[in-house]
Amino acid sequence: MRNPTVLSSGFLGVNVEMLKRVVQEGAGAVTFKSIGPKVKSGHRNPTVLAYEWGMINAVGLPSPGYKDMEGELARMKEVGAPVFVSIYGASVEEFREVAEAVAGYNPAVIELNVSCPNTKAEGMVFGCSEKHSAEVVAAVKDVAGKVPVMPKLTSQALDVGRVAKACEEAGADAIAAINTVGPGMLINIEAKKPVLDYKRGGISGPAIRPIAVRCVYDIYEVVDIPILGIGGVTEGRDVIELMQAGATAVGIGSGIYYRGIDVFKKVCEEMKIWMKENGYKDVKKLIGVAHE
Amino acid sequence: MSDMPVSNRVRKVVKESEEVRTIFLEDNVPGAIPGQFVMVWLPGVDEKPYALSYMDGEAAVTVQRRGKFTDEIFKLKKGDYIGVGGPYGNGFDVDVCKRPCIIAGGIGIAPLAPLAEKLARKKPIIIMGAATKEKLIFRERMEKVCKVEHTTDDGSCGRKCFASDILEEVIEKCRVDVVYGCGPEMMLKRVFEICRKNRVECQLSLERYMHCGLGVCGSCAVDGYRVCVDGPVFSSKQLSRMSEFGRFARLKYGKKVGLSEYYAWRE
Repeated sequence: MRNPTVLSSGFLGVNVEMLKRVVQEGAGAVTFKSIGPKVKSGHRNPTVLAYEWGMINAVGLPSPGYKDMEGELARMKEVGAPVFVSIYGASVEEFREVAEAVAGYNPAVIELNVSCPNTKAEGMVFGCSEKHSAEVVAAVKDVAGKVPVMPKLTSQALDVGRVAKACEEAGADAIAAINTVGPGMLINIEAKKPVLDYKRGGISGPAIRPIAVRCVYDIYEVVDIPILGIGGVTEGRDVIELMQAGATAVGIGSGIYYRGIDVFKKVCEEMKIWMKENGYKDVKKLIGVAHE
Repeated sequence: MSDMPVSNRVRKVVKESEEVRTIFLEDNVPGAIPGQFVMVWLPGVDEKPYALSYMDGEAAVTVQRRGKFTDEIFKLKKGDYIGVGGPYGNGFDVDVCKRPCIIAGGIGIAPLAPLAEKLARKKPIIIMGAATKEKLIFRERMEKVCKVEHTTDDGSCGRKCFASDILEEVIEKCRVDVVYGCGPEMMLKRVFEICRKNRVECQLSLERYMHCGLGVCGSCAVDGYRVCVDGPVFSSKQLSRMSEFGRFARLKYGKKVGLSEYYAWRE
């Protein structure tokens, strides 16, 4: 990776052309939107809102299913940067099925979405449990061959460090943390109804940054594998904060809303300035320094 | 910074044709320019993007009946609560033209009518096309502003042809330098090609299924462009870089399909 910023899963990653664009806008790596075993149409609108301190969404993992994504997956080399593929399933078997198909395209990483708060059967039900997360990781490792496997964890777990440790023991090559927080809800008081059609949605953006920092910190204490820190990054300082907590690379998603699609470029420039001012030449030297 | 449906009320409903209604809003949508859109939320039903068809103190959207959501819009009456988010998108650039032509296919006139009014001093030529005379909405509104050429598929008003069939002739005759367009994408593709051949700039407003409207979800992608934030209005240069323009669009769950399948689903 030419820099530590990664387009987070769930944002923009619908086709190769859009991923290329995000790389041109400065991302060091990009992630395809979560792919499932079959067609899933997602929730009705409104699905994404921005409130004063963050965003809340219940897009609901829309996906054409891996078979209809093969045309895009086959072209991922054209993107010009490492491509991560996020996958989801409603059972260990479904995760295995999708992972096997995706691994054939040799992505840089297979990310396991065991943490989406917006669906009943998929997502957070796995990530809240050490046992279930580890089962998914083990099943996917079994079929992923040489492709690194990275579960994306949720802050809703009682002890995210223990879940991460269980995943590492099951063979995970890296840990991503965190997915959106909550779910939360906003009500339109004139309509007297929740604004999201799905009523509840995951919270992202600046509001959750302290939770992300804490989770990455907790995970770094207990695992030896690299951590992709995600949650509320909008500025270069935020990347440095997550790296000091223990992240090797940092995901950006909602930051696109706050600072534009070129947020990646802006954040990297801001990091460079900070590093110069503070005597850092190598970005890797930042990793985990808050633990010393 | 907050982006979500804001409570608003219906001020009045105007019947434009059997299948088209204009919904005027009680509260204005401040700062909007022609070509921008709003997200209209009917609590408990759905939320969809619509171009503003009136602005400057009397915000309105003009809606063609298509399915469940628009059936509910057609039931709205004065005083009803709806949620309105926006304005979103970039809008038309009005400074680039000296002699503009505006070309509208069917309901595509919605964002172009306020544009025509804004450009009135530059004496735009408007080509309005529709299936029948009854479906040529905003006819009188546009005739007040400037010169209008009508086309209908059945010949019930103006010339019996598609709007794009007379564009080349209008460009030559009136020495047009910029073409503004909105309508079915197959028509827009032809408009784009005619403009390219005649070396005339165009700005065309595209439509895709949209989730967030905030530029983060990717559902409205056309190649590497987001219709909701980078568009909905795109320049000749941008359109020439799009492999999907006039060919492919995505269904709600993200599957890429041919335009005819997309339009069949939208109906």
